[in-house]
Amino acid sequence: MIAELGHYALVLALGLALVQAAVPFWGARNRDPVLMAVAGPTAIAQFAFVAAAFLALAWCHVSSDFSVLTVFENSHSAKPLIYKITGVWGNHEGSMLLWILMLALFGALVAGFGTNLPATLKSTALAVQAWIAAAFELFVLATSNPFARLAQPPLEGRDLNPILQDPGLAVHPPLLYLGYVGFSITFSFAAAALIEGRIDAAWARWVRPWALTAWIFLTLGIAMGSYWAYYTLGWGGWWFWDPVENASVLPWLAGTALLHSAVVMEKRDALKVWTILLAVLTFSLSLVGTFLVRSGVLTSVHTFANDPARGVFILAILVMFIGGSFALFAWRAPLLKQGGLFAPISREGALILNNLFLTTACATVFVGTLYPLALEALTGEKISVGAPFFNATFVPLFIPLLVAMSFGPLLAWKRSDLYGVAQRLLGALAVAVIGIAATFAVENGGPVVAPFGVGLALFVMTGALTDLMERTGLFRSSFGTVVRRAGGLPRSAWGTMIAHFGVGLTVLGIVGETQWGAERIASMRPGESVSIRHYDLTFDGVIPRPGPNYREFVGKFTVRRGGEVIGIMQPSRRVYPVRAMTTTQSALMTRGMSQLYLSLGDPDPDGRTVVRLYHKPLVLLIWLGAAVMVLGGAMSLSDRRLRVGAPRPARARAAAQPAE
Amino acid sequence: MTRRQRRLFLIGTGVGVLAIAAALVLTALRDSIVFFNSPTDLVQKRVEPGTRIRLGGLVKTGSVIRGGNLGVRFAVTDGNKEIAVAYTGALPDLFREGQGVVAEGALDGAGLFRADTILAKHDENYMPKEVADALKRQGHWKDGYGAAAAGSAR
Repeated sequence: MIAELGHYALVLALGLALVQAAVPFWGARNRDPVLMAVAGPTAIAQFAFVAAAFLALAWCHVSSDFSVLTVFENSHSAKPLIYKITGVWGNHEGSMLLWILMLALFGALVAGFGTNLPATLKSTALAVQAWIAAAFELFVLATSNPFARLAQPPLEGRDLNPILQDPGLAVHPPLLYLGYVGFSITFSFAAAALIEGRIDAAWARWVRPWALTAWIFLTLGIAMGSYWAYYTLGWGGWWFWDPVENASVLPWLAGTALLHSAVVMEKRDALKVWTILLAVLTFSLSLVGTFLVRSGVLTSVHTFANDPARGVFILAILVMFIGGSFALFAWRAPLLKQGGLFAPISREGALILNNLFLTTACATVFVGTLYPLALEALTGEKISVGAPFFNATFVPLFIPLLVAMSFGPLLAWKRSDLYGVAQRLLGALAVAVIGIAATFAVENGGPVVAPFGVGLALFVMTGALTDLMERTGLFRSSFGTVVRRAGGLPRSAWGTMIAHFGVGLTVLGIVGETQWGAERIASMRPGESVSIRHYDLTFDGVIPRPGPNYREFVGKFTVRRGGEVIGIMQPSRRVYPVRAMTTTQSALMTRGMSQLYLSLGDPDPDGRTVVRLYHKPLVLLIWLGAAVMVLGGAMSLSDRRLRVGAPRPARARAAAQPAE
Repeated sequence: MTRRQRRLFLIGTGVGVLAIAAALVLTALRDSIVFFNSPTDLVQKRVEPGTRIRLGGLVKTGSVIRGGNLGVRFAVTDGNKEIAVAYTGALPDLFREGQGVVAEGALDGAGLFRADTILAKHDENYMPKEVADALKRQGHWKDGYGAAAAGSAR
């Protein structure tokens, strides 16, 4: 009964989406306030019905209703409650429903918070949002109904893929989807601006908080996914350049470019057409990502089903929205007036450079991800484009971007003086040079790239701090003045500084992990020892331990450094009988920002256990840096100027609104 | 600078960065892509020793020999031809005789495939797509595999 109610709610949501797609759009074209006013309430009602459908599906999972096909295929009565809940989106049907839920949520948020938007723009944008929602709701109802029943309900389910039974999965997909789908708002606003044929600096101010929100969640989602892969797959890798990962990094790169170009548009009324194009592009890449992951053209842990009908349907949605939006762009963009003159050496110029490198890097990832698919479709030849390709293309494009990142915020708008800025960055340069020299000395014959990587990371970090020092007059003014100035700085300036500092942290982590990481693979009997760097690990033996829906074999290792015991590591292997699958639960020991990583392989017939041991220097900085970037984004989002939508000064009521 | 010069400067920079990126992509595509081959392809195409490729097929039943020091040898077959593979290191969780496998590495002069990476399957039912296609081409696709692959990762 609950499942049928959920199905019915989804059908009603589709009906509402169709109303929302047509009526406000018609209203905006005819300046009819009554028809335009339909947009808000229908967007909120549509969200309510999708949420009801989602809750119904969650209820079926929690109550282990195996008469529902998706529950039978992905759940088990003995599965812990948390994985019953996360199992809702651990399969194709459920994750598409989550996708739609996010889409409807963003529509409802615009309806609820966008009180200061011009009525025509708001209703057109919500109509565009509803076109997307209707297309995906139709997709779910037609090809991937999560509420399909089985005629003869089985007694027990087939359990969720054990790799997905992990706390990381509880948060990774919802965060990632909030990011992916969040860019639908910027897309809808861009499409609405193109349809209206009118755009000004205020548009950027309305859209930037949404882009920033989506960017924050996408960053978090990617970082979570990376950490999840790091500790669950047992190989110690945190980024594989797997097509599915690339699918998430493509909108991230375009979205990051969008955030920066929207600043130029807001402050200087320039780059308008480009910003619109980026908004269209970012969500198009989100759609491409959804297509790659959901259609089954790629085989990976994310691919839940290869039903050709689904692939064709998503491809049709993709062609319709991407093709349609680019056609609209080509038709209407010439109408938009360009404004704002500036010299190449200026803040605008630096942000253009940022956009240039980000979009080019995005293009290389796009080529590397889609080239094998295109080649196979055209010639039948199968190739794999792996990490070497991306390291050879992506990294060289990112290095100049990172160097330029320290200069950007120090340059003045319109026209600036590169020599003066370089002088102010002398301190940062000195820190970087000292860092390079110190690393060379300490490393004593290690990889040559490493010191320069460290230098680059330090330059990025101290560059961000230089910006702060310049703005507060640190070391030049009295303490009281500095504190007052720091307090008076707009939060968006703090946000920029913090986010750029976070990028430096991530770079440092990547350099540490890739250049100084060590790996040992050994086949051990109880009592034997293996050493890595300064650590010695003694294998004490393996003990079995029962779990709720698995059996576990736990290895016990005593870790010593310089003869002294510093801890115990207990990696394990879990056998899930329902799916006859084994998973590796690695053990991590954190030492500062570095980690020891230990995982168990198959036991040999002669009683030996294969052990994989890694030392990962500074590895935690990779994710800490991402967290700092997110903090910077959140700081910028809380800026009062961003919260108020209108170009005129803040009204008291609008200022009191929570961050959107 | 005049407006025209500024525009030229911007366009010039843009074209410059794009040209560098295109050069990087083309070089990298020439140097770092890896072709996928079945054992039959490997024999027919006479792949040069030392060329990095991916070899995919089934682990021949009864062929796995574990040596000392984590060394392992096995044969990869597509039902038509088979290739001997040598690998040193820990095998993925789901490496089994009679199951699909993808090995990355190169042939040595003696016709032995020295793998440095063995790709894991994600679960018991999962068959790497390349392997499934190669087996189908060789006519060794069994219904059992079909059912398993169609429900991939379910």
